[in-house]
Amino acid sequence: MSTTSTTATTVVRPPAPPGPVRWLQKNLFSTWYNTLLTFLAAALVFFASKGILTWVLFTANWTPVVKSLKLFAVGQFPPDQLWRVGTIVFMVSFLFGLSWRVWGGTVRTFAIILATAFAVLAVLPISMGLSLRLWFLANPILTFTGYQVGRTPIGKSLWAALGWLLSFALTILLLTGIEGVSWLPRVDTGLWGGLLLTFLLAIVGIVASFPIGVSLALGRQSKLPVLKAFCVLFIEVVRGVPLVTILFMASIILPLFLPEGVRIDRVLRAMIGMTLFAAAYMAENVRGGLQAIPLGQVEAAKAVGLNSFQTMALIVLPQALRLVIPAIVGQFIALFMDTTLAVIVGLLELLAVGRAVLEINVEWKLLNMEVYLFIAAVFWVFNYAMSYASRRLEAALGVGER
Amino acid sequence: MQNEQLNTSEDVIICRDVHKWFDDFHVLRGVSLTVKRQEVIVICGPSGSGKSTFIRTINRLEEHQRGDIIVDGIELTHDIRNIEAIRREVGMVFQQFNLFPHLTVLSNITLAPIWARKWPKDKAEEVAMQLLERVGIPEQAHKYPGQLSGGQQQRVAIARALAMQPKIMLFDEPTSALDPEMIKEVLDVMIELARSGMTMIVVTHEMGFAKEVANRIVFFADGNIVEQNTTEEFFRNPREERTRLFLSQILTH
Repeated sequence: MSTTSTTATTVVRPPAPPGPVRWLQKNLFSTWYNTLLTFLAAALVFFASKGILTWVLFTANWTPVVKSLKLFAVGQFPPDQLWRVGTIVFMVSFLFGLSWRVWGGTVRTFAIILATAFAVLAVLPISMGLSLRLWFLANPILTFTGYQVGRTPIGKSLWAALGWLLSFALTILLLTGIEGVSWLPRVDTGLWGGLLLTFLLAIVGIVASFPIGVSLALGRQSKLPVLKAFCVLFIEVVRGVPLVTILFMASIILPLFLPEGVRIDRVLRAMIGMTLFAAAYMAENVRGGLQAIPLGQVEAAKAVGLNSFQTMALIVLPQALRLVIPAIVGQFIALFMDTTLAVIVGLLELLAVGRAVLEINVEWKLLNMEVYLFIAAVFWVFNYAMSYASRRLEAALGVGER
Repeated sequence: MQNEQLNTSEDVIICRDVHKWFDDFHVLRGVSLTVKRQEVIVICGPSGSGKSTFIRTINRLEEHQRGDIIVDGIELTHDIRNIEAIRREVGMVFQQFNLFPHLTVLSNITLAPIWARKWPKDKAEEVAMQLLERVGIPEQAHKYPGQLSGGQQQRVAIARALAMQPKIMLFDEPTSALDPEMIKEVLDVMIELARSGMTMIVVTHEMGFAKEVANRIVFFADGNIVEQNTTEEFFRNPREERTRLFLSQILTH
């Protein structure tokens, strides 16, 4: 007994990690050519960043971007109706606060970044109206309010999810307006534009393509020949056609098939086109996940008495979707960037606004580098956010650990 | 004719002339077997003889193409309601455990009672905890299957099957995928279960287990039953040459 306790106390520790000096020595200056490479790379980084920073801070002329921020944000949305967009952003700020309290994790990071960004914008030393400053300031306050509301009994996962769903419906209602209501008149979708439109196309595409894609993937595995054939046909046709073609078809050919007098809105047509396109790719991603689930899982589920629907919904899909999160998020990012193609059916999303801005003023015509760089930066920020959220989600769900 | 089958209420499983083909390969060649309530039957035989396939036909994980299988008075046909009714009454334990890796041990056990039996969550969890007590690992309830040893996982799988309160339990080589030191903990649970009066069909090569609790031993070869006898007779006095050969191979060491 005493022997076992003595052996148990002599714990062997792993070797301590090397200090920073040792690390530098080992990784950067281990041999003479490694040292040379280190200096060369450092010089390259120095000159490149110096050149880029000088250009960004001193050479570049950001006037077209700064002067057209409203265009970039909402396009030609009527100025007297901008309160609607403002209200939508308020809702989002509030919901981020609520979700921060309810879900924590990555949502917390995003809520903090969002609130900080708005707070910084509110005190930015550039010329802007007082009402705009106050609007900026209200956002972090709403995020904080949402967080506090999250402490009350409302702070449940279900309520937060319902809140997001409701905000989605309210967003569409606020943006389109209601015919004949004086304080909420209709706004023609042709006036929607900029980041607002890009977001709408992307979010509708993502939210709608996900369930459709999962259904198509399940349909493709179905034993019913007609359903299976339809799903295979849809997926293979859509995947075999460029998105541009689908958008053209949605905007030009689709109206030809509709009965006289029925007109589908241009934005809605683009949304439908993009959703169907994304759904086909989603279906193939999900199918990959479904095929990775061992047959034993289905057998075990059936053996304990679950029916086919329960087996799919409780056992197979949760595991399959978890496996393909990286692929799905990659596709969401692609979809977000594909929204720029909506320009060819005449929608003024972010990139199209950029081109329009260059046309506003003759002197701005040569400043396309600045404008496109700005647009690229905006896209990068949101895409990186999605990619970051994906990685955090994977870690939280233990992808690859099973 | 219907009455004739149902009269023998003591017979919970009746298989008559069961045939099964995998494409052209004739796996089951007219298997007939009757199991009485509370009987423990061990099926053994060389690999590829169709014993696993046979017990998988009893809860329709494999479909038989000829013959009749009647479980607890319900005949297995294409009728999905019959199949689901039988699956609720028949528990199964697999060689590879097949626990649901994305659910905790407790959720693995409560899932079917909640969804297939429509029990309230509290009741299902109470029963699940009792079952985990019974298989000896209540402290693992909130872990995930991947965090458990093979023996513990198999005991969870037994608890999961028992949670549906089945009348019959099928075991498909439950200890074949386990490290040697974990076999006993699983067999102990199965022995306890057999002694509690559960009707069991066990495909296994664990002859110690067979000697301890089996009422009857069924020897399979080439897709059919070669010999069946009471446990004592089977070991003492095997009638067929194939059986003697098989026993000499597995009992020599």
